[in-house]
Amino acid sequence: MAVKQSVSNIGIGVKSTRKIKVREKSKGARKRNMAFYLMLLPGVLILLINNYFPMIGVLIPFKDYSYKVDQGFFGSLFSSPFVGFKNFEFLFTSADCFSATVNTIVYNVVFIALDLIVPIAFAICMSEMWSQKRSNTYQTLMFLPYFISWVAVSYVAYAFFCNAGFIDKQVLPLFGIKSVDFYSRPEFWPANIIFFHLWHYTGYNIIIYIAALSGISTEYYEAAALDGATKWQQVRYVTLPMLKTTAVILTLLAVGRIFNGDFDLFYNVPKNVSQLYSTTSILDTFVYNQLINLGDVGMSAAAGLYQAVVGCVIVFICNFVVKRVDSDSALF
Amino acid sequence: MDKAINKKSYEFNKISARSNIIINLIFILICILFIAPLILVLMVSFSSKQSLDAYGYQFWPAGFDITAYTYIFRYSSDLTNAYGNSILVTGVGSIASTAIIALYAYPLSRNNFAHRNGFAFFAFFTTIFGGGLVPWVFVYSQFLKINNSLLILIMPYLVNAWWIIIMRTFMKQSVPEELVEAARIDGAGEFRTFFSVALPLCKAGLATIFLFCLVKFWNDYYLSLVFITNRHLYTIQYYLYSMLDGINYLLTNSNVPADARRNLPSEAARMALAVIAVGPVIFTYPFFRRFFVKGLIIGAVKG
Repeated sequence: MAVKQSVSNIGIGVKSTRKIKVREKSKGARKRNMAFYLMLLPGVLILLINNYFPMIGVLIPFKDYSYKVDQGFFGSLFSSPFVGFKNFEFLFTSADCFSATVNTIVYNVVFIALDLIVPIAFAICMSEMWSQKRSNTYQTLMFLPYFISWVAVSYVAYAFFCNAGFIDKQVLPLFGIKSVDFYSRPEFWPANIIFFHLWHYTGYNIIIYIAALSGISTEYYEAAALDGATKWQQVRYVTLPMLKTTAVILTLLAVGRIFNGDFDLFYNVPKNVSQLYSTTSILDTFVYNQLINLGDVGMSAAAGLYQAVVGCVIVFICNFVVKRVDSDSALF
Repeated sequence: MDKAINKKSYEFNKISARSNIIINLIFILICILFIAPLILVLMVSFSSKQSLDAYGYQFWPAGFDITAYTYIFRYSSDLTNAYGNSILVTGVGSIASTAIIALYAYPLSRNNFAHRNGFAFFAFFTTIFGGGLVPWVFVYSQFLKINNSLLILIMPYLVNAWWIIIMRTFMKQSVPEELVEAARIDGAGEFRTFFSVALPLCKAGLATIFLFCLVKFWNDYYLSLVFITNRHLYTIQYYLYSMLDGINYLLTNSNVPADARRNLPSEAARMALAVIAVGPVIFTYPFFRRFFVKGLIIGAVKG
């Protein structure tokens, strides 16, 4: 606000009067815009290639696409014959796609709930700790898994669940249970996947909530304490209401992405073993496996488009809701 | 005086000593739970073959041994090659990505750039809708035809809409409009203003983006998974990935003598590879943590 004021005082760059605006346009504005366009150019090119060209490819599922070397990608795309909705018929009648959709949504709902409860509880406990130094140490240790590559995470999971693994050889004998072949028993994997999700992301989420907590003035707590509020009451009536905005925004962002699964997690932790697909296949891994492992371009592209369109609609609905609740935090 | 009162009131509102101890104990347990999986991998990599065969993976192996590491370093020229590829891709990719993001974010942060919202949406729209995996793969492999090259390991990750938004927010906060106008009045062009005025003021933001890029490029296996079939182009993460279903390649490599192959501690060797692949990240993490935290907080304020 202050910046705007001072700028308008010296009469530059703000549409304060018609005269100034006209003078500006004739002199430096065009040159400056050229400079800005030059700065934007590399980014625009990459976005075009990486994100906007593939959008033309939404035609693929409606066509019987086959690649002809002499025509290139776009030539082959436009010259391939139309097949209408055939690929989608196959897709929506396949049981795999249905279970992948259900898995994606159910896991995401669980993740959204846990990512709300666990980091907020941890962050509040950490901020109440006497020693700030200890709290920082805990944060550092819990943030570390976020930086471990997903391939390495698959090794970590393997170290626990393989046949010579820690659980099989060290833990189960304690309970007198004979060896379990985890990589062929889908019923164990929801718990494993939820654990590795929390392991990877909790440190990250804690930091966001600690930042939000540090924005709350201590005066609120002092006033509450003077009025005789216990710690629990302070958390209930001061902390949680103050965290509401952050929590709502993060949750709605996550809800907007409910149709997008975490490919890295679901591909690496269960090692993409097909016996486990009933509980570990999500739309993202389904699309990948259809294309890379089965080579079914039409089916994979149809599933990809289905995911993109439904995902996009959900984002718009979420944004509409956010706008109603708190227009400042709306995405667009 | 004021401080003393504050301190006193803070102390009276502290949690009790007993609660403090309980909370600390809980967090120590949680931290052990979080770090233990990594320790297990480290310990298995130092286990002897006999101990692994007899007792499985243990936190405190019955027999310690470093043969896994000596085998890897002696017989795997592929490992050094993959490490080299990773360093090259990570270095070039991170520098290019930070530069492109800063260049894109700067005009968006300027109030006098008329089309800033249009270009912001151009970047942001990519997070809402995408063409999907299939056309994305085809654009690179059939249109640009750069699959099986190091370029494919860099190009798709150069621009990221979230990082542009974070960088723009950072520039808005740390580059005062007055300073930019002053530079303009002194006759500096836009590029000169960008390099000599804006960039020095957002070093912290650049460092954050750069570090996020480093981690992203170093940890990436996905681009290799989709696009790379040539062994010479494997990065360390993809090399690690290719070893997950058996360390067969090491075993069939003709450089490795037959008796060495027989005695290869393959389980330990795989875990040793994992340690080697994540090592650089873990060792540099303590120094960089505060930058990540800072970047996260900026991003969270207006994500």
